[in-house]
Amino acid sequence: MLAETHPRGRAAARVICLIVAGAMLAGCGINTIPTLQEQAKAAWSQVLNQYQRRADLIPNLVETVKGFAAQESKVLTDVVEARAKATQVQLPPDILNNPEAFQKFQEAQNNLSGALGRLLVITENYPDLKSNQNFLALQSQLEGTENRIAIARQDYITAVQKYNTEIRTIPGRWWRALLYPDAEPMQNFTVKEGTENVPEVKF
Amino acid sequence: MAALWRVGGLLLALAFLPWLTPACAEPKFPELTGRVVDDASLLTYPEEVAITADLKALEDKSSDQVVVVTLPSLQGYTIEDFGYQLGRHWGIGTEKMDNGVILIVAPNERKVRIEVGRGLEGVLTDALSKIIIENAMLPRFREGNFSGGIKDGVRDVILVLTGDAAEVEQRAKARHDADESVVNWLVVIFWTLIILWIAYSMWSSTRYASRAGGRGSGPIFLPGPGWGSGSGGSGWSSGGGGSCGGFSGGGGSFGGGGASGGW
Repeated sequence: MLAETHPRGRAAARVICLIVAGAMLAGCGINTIPTLQEQAKAAWSQVLNQYQRRADLIPNLVETVKGFAAQESKVLTDVVEARAKATQVQLPPDILNNPEAFQKFQEAQNNLSGALGRLLVITENYPDLKSNQNFLALQSQLEGTENRIAIARQDYITAVQKYNTEIRTIPGRWWRALLYPDAEPMQNFTVKEGTENVPEVKF
Repeated sequence: MAALWRVGGLLLALAFLPWLTPACAEPKFPELTGRVVDDASLLTYPEEVAITADLKALEDKSSDQVVVVTLPSLQGYTIEDFGYQLGRHWGIGTEKMDNGVILIVAPNERKVRIEVGRGLEGVLTDALSKIIIENAMLPRFREGNFSGGIKDGVRDVILVLTGDAAEVEQRAKARHDADESVVNWLVVIFWTLIILWIAYSMWSSTRYASRAGGRGSGPIFLPGPGWGSGSGGSGWSSGGGGSCGGFSGGGGSFGGGGASGGW
């Protein structure tokens, strides 16, 4: 029609073509890599968030236990030190692509899990502590946080698995070579891990 | 030729491989048949109806979705692991607010859990969930009185969720706003503008062309600016915000909030 011959109509046609082309490219996966990357990063933030939450709970927990079981100073200092180490670990911006930094972070958190586990085990020996309302509340929060950590890690593992698979399998591999050369595979949690064997808390 | 066949067969096999491998380790979830899913048959019918009515009243008031589920088996999972996956699978709570709660009772494993959606973790905290389980539910479960424990647990969950009237009102309002399809309106306006713009550019170009001596029939076929806004404004907006008759989850997500107990 006339619209095609006139500059303005042509501009409109061009815009429509662009929209259609964009939609088609999106359909064949041009956006998949960035999307999965962002999802994995979000999952990672959630992991950090939950570890932070645990670190925030600890001072209160240590104080409460001290009130009833001050003689267990070794276990208590262990927890405080492990917490300090875990919160002091420097997280470089590229931690997700940096195996060493990732490993360090994991180790620090695992040490803290271990120390906390030992603390909870010794609380078994103090009936007064175990019936203290404040301690019970803290304990349930800690349990909840450990559970959230486990889920956040699981979500992160799934997200990274998807992302890593995408950049290594065919359409994604091509898109990566073409448009996202800086999309590196991300680090994932290894199976042998603290949260898998968190000491059970009995009631 | 044989080699070609072999390669072809291999490719075909590879293509079908994804369907053959079992979908990853996910438990088999019960069906969401209502607000009370009593698969372990711990409740009588009137009890189920009464609890359902309470839970419906709660949702009408605050938009929080609470579901009670009893399971004959946890299929080898821990109740924590099962709980959040079930919550995500069903999508209890609204997608925007993640305000779902699932009360899970597994009588054969002797486990109970209150699984709290992300949006309610600040209201129904882990500590409060634990208190409800320890005080309202477990003593009765130990006596074998499942329906009593479930009823009291539901009552306490509702009490906590409605504890603060202002809070409930505010959340109900937030939900109302969410339902008011703000996003839908943005979409409508966006597309209206696009259509207007295209229509205008085509219309003006044909007018220009006709003035310049081309064919003059363009404006008859090309709708003017009025068409775009009229249709966009009234036609599309009615799509959002419909409410369904049966019960279903709203797409809420779970991140492991809540507490568990055993007896």
